Amino acid sequence: METELQALALRLEALLGPGQVITDPVRLRTYECDGLTNHRASPGIVVLPDTAEQIAAIVRECASEGVPYVARGSGTGLSGGALPRADGVLIVTSRMRRILEVDVANQRAVVEPGVINLDVTRAARPQGYYFAPDPSSQQICSVGGNVAENSGGAHCLKYGFTAHHVLACEVVTPDGELVELCADDPGYDLLGVFVGAEGTLGITTKITVRLTRVPETVETLLAAFDSIEAGGAAVSAIIAAGVVPAAIEMMDALSIEAAEAAVRCEYPPGAGAVLIVELDGPEPEVAAQFAEVERLCRDAGAFEIRIAAGEAERALIWKGRKSAFAAVGRISPAYIVQDGVIPRTSLPRVLARIDALSAESGVRVANVFHAGDGNLHPLVLFDDAEPGAEERAEAVSGAILDLCIEHGGSITGEHGVGVDKARYMPRMFTDTDLDTMQMVRCGFDPAGLCNPGKVFPTPRMCGEVPGVRKGPHPYEGKADIF
Amino acid sequence: MRPLDALAKVCGDVRPGEPAEGVLGVEPALVAAPKDVAEAADVMRVAAEAGLAVVPRGAETRLDWGAPPERCDLLVDTHRLDAVVEHVSGDLVVKAQAGLPMERLGEVLAEKGQRLALDVPLPGSTVGGTIATGAAGPLRFQYGTPRDLVIGLTVVRADGRVARSGGKVVKNVAGYDLGRLFCGSYGTLGLIVDATFRLHPVPTARAWVSSPVGDAGEAYEAVQSVLRSAVAPAAVEYTGPGTVTVLLEGVPDGVAARVGQTVALLGDGTQVSEVAPDGWGLYPEGNTLIDVTAPPTALPHLLTAADGPTVTWSGRGHGHVGLPGDMSPSGVAEFLRALRAALTPHKGTAVVRYAPREVRGDIDFWGPLPALALMRRVKDQFDPDHRLSPGRFVGGI
Repeated sequence: METELQALALRLEALLGPGQVITDPVRLRTYECDGLTNHRASPGIVVLPDTAEQIAAIVRECASEGVPYVARGSGTGLSGGALPRADGVLIVTSRMRRILEVDVANQRAVVEPGVINLDVTRAARPQGYYFAPDPSSQQICSVGGNVAENSGGAHCLKYGFTAHHVLACEVVTPDGELVELCADDPGYDLLGVFVGAEGTLGITTKITVRLTRVPETVETLLAAFDSIEAGGAAVSAIIAAGVVPAAIEMMDALSIEAAEAAVRCEYPPGAGAVLIVELDGPEPEVAAQFAEVERLCRDAGAFEIRIAAGEAERALIWKGRKSAFAAVGRISPAYIVQDGVIPRTSLPRVLARIDALSAESGVRVANVFHAGDGNLHPLVLFDDAEPGAEERAEAVSGAILDLCIEHGGSITGEHGVGVDKARYMPRMFTDTDLDTMQMVRCGFDPAGLCNPGKVFPTPRMCGEVPGVRKGPHPYEGKADIF
Repeated sequence: MRPLDALAKVCGDVRPGEPAEGVLGVEPALVAAPKDVAEAADVMRVAAEAGLAVVPRGAETRLDWGAPPERCDLLVDTHRLDAVVEHVSGDLVVKAQAGLPMERLGEVLAEKGQRLALDVPLPGSTVGGTIATGAAGPLRFQYGTPRDLVIGLTVVRADGRVARSGGKVVKNVAGYDLGRLFCGSYGTLGLIVDATFRLHPVPTARAWVSSPVGDAGEAYEAVQSVLRSAVAPAAVEYTGPGTVTVLLEGVPDGVAARVGQTVALLGDGTQVSEVAPDGWGLYPEGNTLIDVTAPPTALPHLLTAADGPTVTWSGRGHGHVGLPGDMSPSGVAEFLRALRAALTPHKGTAVVRYAPREVRGDIDFWGPLPALALMRRVKDQFDPDHRLSPGRFVGGI
């Protein structure tokens, strides 16, 4: 296998030029994981293409050799979706960072896959527009990665996910052909299933995104409650009143403590929970609804409400929330970031069960969540120096996912399945469900070479595979250890 | 065993088809109306065993869309699958069966002050048919089309197995989103049996602001001025000849203020109404309907190629053109060719939804299909024997 990879590396170097193919083991290790660091594999070869045509040529080489390949943007994913293959090629899009067009009259921009999410907004903002998906990693994550993961963010409650903001993708198919998938083209909505397929159906090389008009006004409040229950009641009341906020975020006492230690966000002392509610839109709409949100928070028992007077104060309110994940490092040597979803109305019951799980196991859990859409990010804390602690934390983390499924929710709201949660998929879906999803996979990638081992716990056999394939079957590859 | 008998063993409502039930003239040999998902699965399994070509039917409002099926051994009628399975108002989601009429779903949701933010251009149409044709109206401006609002889908596959994707939470990235794939798939991938939708609150105030526009240039400027503004419309529609209408939704004070801003943008002759103008959200008249998609800047070119009482255009880039019944087949073909030529520089598309029988043979319903090879491969996976609505869809799929 190694000599085959060496031969492939030489051919890729001939295609791309010498500086753009990495085979040095030390440099390869830079790419051994994405944002989820407990899954690691040093890629066989890393390539740094500049153009779609180069990616198509790389994929054709891989296809003819039967070598698996994985695309990677900025590597910020949290489910191991960009975990490389030791027996394969990692195609890194970070050199493809051009914003090709900002077309305000048509409310769209055309970008290369390596473009940083926030850079799209930076380019459009002077003209009064922005790119709505805002994952927490938006300062470093790539639009190509957003497409693969169907990224959301705090404001997707109102504005939706990446799938709602992508109008077209130019794609290199697993056959190595370039094809454009448009949401509005006649025929099957292949774009709709491509977005969020976690890079298993092909590699996007150019993305047309929708630009959203910057809202006339934004209002943000922070409300402090004695308990999570009271905060949850406020969320329910806001939704029941027919308000669709841009974001509703909640943090519990433990995550507030962590944020305080890390960034001194100065949230109200003694709060058992804080709620951040943001409304945006036309000024008269926001004014009327904001007053109502404030009243509903007070009625639900908020003992302190702070209203941001301007951008600086808004940033201060968000600072604690945005730093919450990293901040947990201040109160715990190690932690697992979980990502599960429950129907919003199940929030009180599920949180009580998480409390009970934590008490029974002695494992601390800090809760941070997108409360408006029931997306929980429990942070499961442990000491990695203590024998068995990580396993106990994993067990609690897994039990929380079971709770989400039990309440009719999902094992992932925004981080994706990747390698991390493939084993949980059968708890949420039947074999037939998973088989049916993989029919799409078989249509796009019958040889199973495009980001194999992700999303699905077991691959579907696609019947007769067209074309010649040398080398071992990808699923028998030596990196198949996950 | 004859297929009729085999089907009758698993479904309580099976009978021979009648000439009047023809799908674009193709008479079904049999009609089955399963009462629940399990029966629907059994019907599809028996159909697979007997090698029957299956065409799903809801309320027949769009059965004349697309091409006629190559054959129709079995119509699967969804009218008995008409339950609201679950409406959790606190979660703003509803699960409804495929045969439920959209208006009835709307009534159930309205009791809790909620709605599925899709217009119903054809009265009587069902949940399943709306998804299968990807149908939407003016509200698509803000809320999109079924692909943007379906969060979970249950289908019966060609082999009779029941498959689900998505779920009942809005935020969910577990697995492929087959809901989006099935939107607009014309019954060629499987039988849709139920769907879960994201809902929105019914706004407490609505207002339509309409303004006359003189020509294509003025129409374009009016639409652009609204797009660039901060009035945050729910819909912006051009209706030919010469009217731009903006729908504003929200709280009473907010809508009142935004109406003022919109009137200022659109200028003289503007009218404000709390009820929808005549024809709002309906397809234009005519017996050929063409669906046009192109970026907003294509509007002047569209209106140069086609204007009149039978053109509508949603501000984000989607429109309809109806052609009169007295237009000759060659006239329709020539019109379509000119329309596509006008849209090509914008990468726009023109898809014929329905056309009279005498016109069908002379026109290409779909236009260019860059990803057709991939579509065929997906179809081959879902329906290897090509028994599901055969020939109804793009490229003869």
